[in-house]
Amino acid sequence: MIRLQNIEKVYRTDTIETLALNSISLDVAKGEFLSIMGPSGCGKSTLLNIMGLLDAPSRGSIKIADKATENLNDKQLAQFRNKTLGFIFQSYHLINDLQVLDNVELPLLYRDTTAKERKMLATEALEKVGLANRVKHFPTQLSGGQRQRVAIARAIVGRPDIILADEPTGNLDSAMGNEIMDILINLNRNEGTTIVMVTHDENMAHKTHRLVRLFDGSQVQ
Amino acid sequence: MLKNYFKIAIAVLRRRKFFTFISLFGISFTLTILMVLTAFIDKVVGDNYPDKKRDRLLYVNRVEQKGKDNMTSGTLSYYFLSHYAGMMKTPVKVAISSGFSGTNTYVNNKKIAVSYKYTNAEYWDVMDYDFTEGKPFNKQQVDNADHVAIISEDMKKQYFGDVGPVVGKYIEADNVSYRVLGVVKNVPVTSYMFFSDIYMPYTVSKADYKSKSYGGGYMGVLMAASKADVPKMQAEYDNLMKRVPVESKDYQHLYSHAYTFFSSYVDTGNESTSGVFIVVTAISIFVFVFMLLPTLNLVNINITRIMERSSEIGVRKAFGASSRTLVYQFIVENLILTILGGIIGTLLSIIALAVINSIDLITNLELSINFTVLFIALLVCLVFGFLSGVYPAWRMSKLNVVTALKAQ
Repeated sequence: MIRLQNIEKVYRTDTIETLALNSISLDVAKGEFLSIMGPSGCGKSTLLNIMGLLDAPSRGSIKIADKATENLNDKQLAQFRNKTLGFIFQSYHLINDLQVLDNVELPLLYRDTTAKERKMLATEALEKVGLANRVKHFPTQLSGGQRQRVAIARAIVGRPDIILADEPTGNLDSAMGNEIMDILINLNRNEGTTIVMVTHDENMAHKTHRLVRLFDGSQVQ
Repeated sequence: MLKNYFKIAIAVLRRRKFFTFISLFGISFTLTILMVLTAFIDKVVGDNYPDKKRDRLLYVNRVEQKGKDNMTSGTLSYYFLSHYAGMMKTPVKVAISSGFSGTNTYVNNKKIAVSYKYTNAEYWDVMDYDFTEGKPFNKQQVDNADHVAIISEDMKKQYFGDVGPVVGKYIEADNVSYRVLGVVKNVPVTSYMFFSDIYMPYTVSKADYKSKSYGGGYMGVLMAASKADVPKMQAEYDNLMKRVPVESKDYQHLYSHAYTFFSSYVDTGNESTSGVFIVVTAISIFVFVFMLLPTLNLVNINITRIMERSSEIGVRKAFGASSRTLVYQFIVENLILTILGGIIGTLLSIIALAVINSIDLITNLELSINFTVLFIALLVCLVFGFLSGVYPAWRMSKLNVVTALKAQ
């Protein structure tokens, strides 16, 4: 589903060059639930951003769903992300000015859908995360776990093949974290969604199919 | 999609109340000032009471004489106008009148300020004052130096009170009594060439109207038989002025022009500086600066506003918004803001004009909204909104997703 070949990412300032990722090659199979672990600053998030086409590698190639992505322009990238990828972030990144339902509808705004379809799909996604009764709330009126569930609903509303989650349980206590994790596992199991998750938490990582460890930008496991 | 933009725009406007206030204040205040200004210009320049035959008229207000070390410029003498303009062939009539002067008069021991103006008989043929009663004085009455007067409605009310017809009654000004011949509708003081409370024959003037010096307190209006004759009339006056001798050895050149209304209204009486140029330049600069300040202000506010929404930008990009879509969104948001400002500005203009009219800031001047200008101003508002949104939106759209998401 995702094929990374010899990915390198170099950050340059005037004086120093930092190698954030060093020749990473990685295949993620369709329907796989993969977790990436490693100490802070090892390049996990950078790798996830590159998989999500939010950041470009300095070298190497990325194929997602058998599509080479190097030569896509801004608009094509945006469309591709919209159709194929869903994102979950550690700090949720909900839009506080919008109600829960509008937040979940967001990815659908950038496709050809009617307001009615959007509302229907968003409600459905919120039902899946158990928040159907919170549609009119604003994010600030929700707990951290609820916010992350809204974020998951937003990530799945467009039915993407792949979900990329950057420490989705990082801001939550273990009970809420487990709740979130259960939702992701069910999503992977029932819908066959491919999930790549960055995490600090060994327990969470062990619930996934496969674990990849990074250290100083290199893959060590 | 648009509904969604609208939702977020309103939410953002409500969240940042202070920014919203500043932006809306900037837009609506600018619009109000412009509306009042144009209403004013519109009234002053565009209102053709009492010179309704404006397209057949040329106005002679000043004469300038220039020497090496001396120059004189000012309004003309009765002699100069009647003698030289009287010689001309194209004008069918020449209206001559003095500028208005002020004096006081007393009614029941109450002092009232009165403006008075002297005219010839033809003045009443060239001008189209609306008489609410009576009629103008004729040539015979002027030649006889009859003590007769035409008064304005305002004057009638002040001097006689709310009474019926006053024709035949006497009004006193400068200790002389005049018999009222007619009452005319008010002329605003901004039409300074025609404004007065009392109009009297020039022959009753205490000043010597027979003096042959060129300078005096008078202005002339030349009336052509038709619109087509106006250029000919103008050329004839110019040619005539070339032949008019200077008054003394101190001067070498004499200039005087018969202008169309607007040129004469802003005539500086200085040959080397065009009044029209000065006025148009001044208004343009004023308008430009007035519009520029809120635009810059808006650009600035928008940059701050947009940059603090970098998380939203990052999320939208991650979920499939292209840079162009985001630029579009922010421009729409900004247009919503400016349209709101436009609506408030329109309301404020209506209120401001009503207040200016009700406190009678300028005598007899009734301002009203010029709808063409309002339409243009609203259009300008939109352009405003567009321009002040484009730059911040463009900067924002260049933001890298990862950086945008980290910023929170």
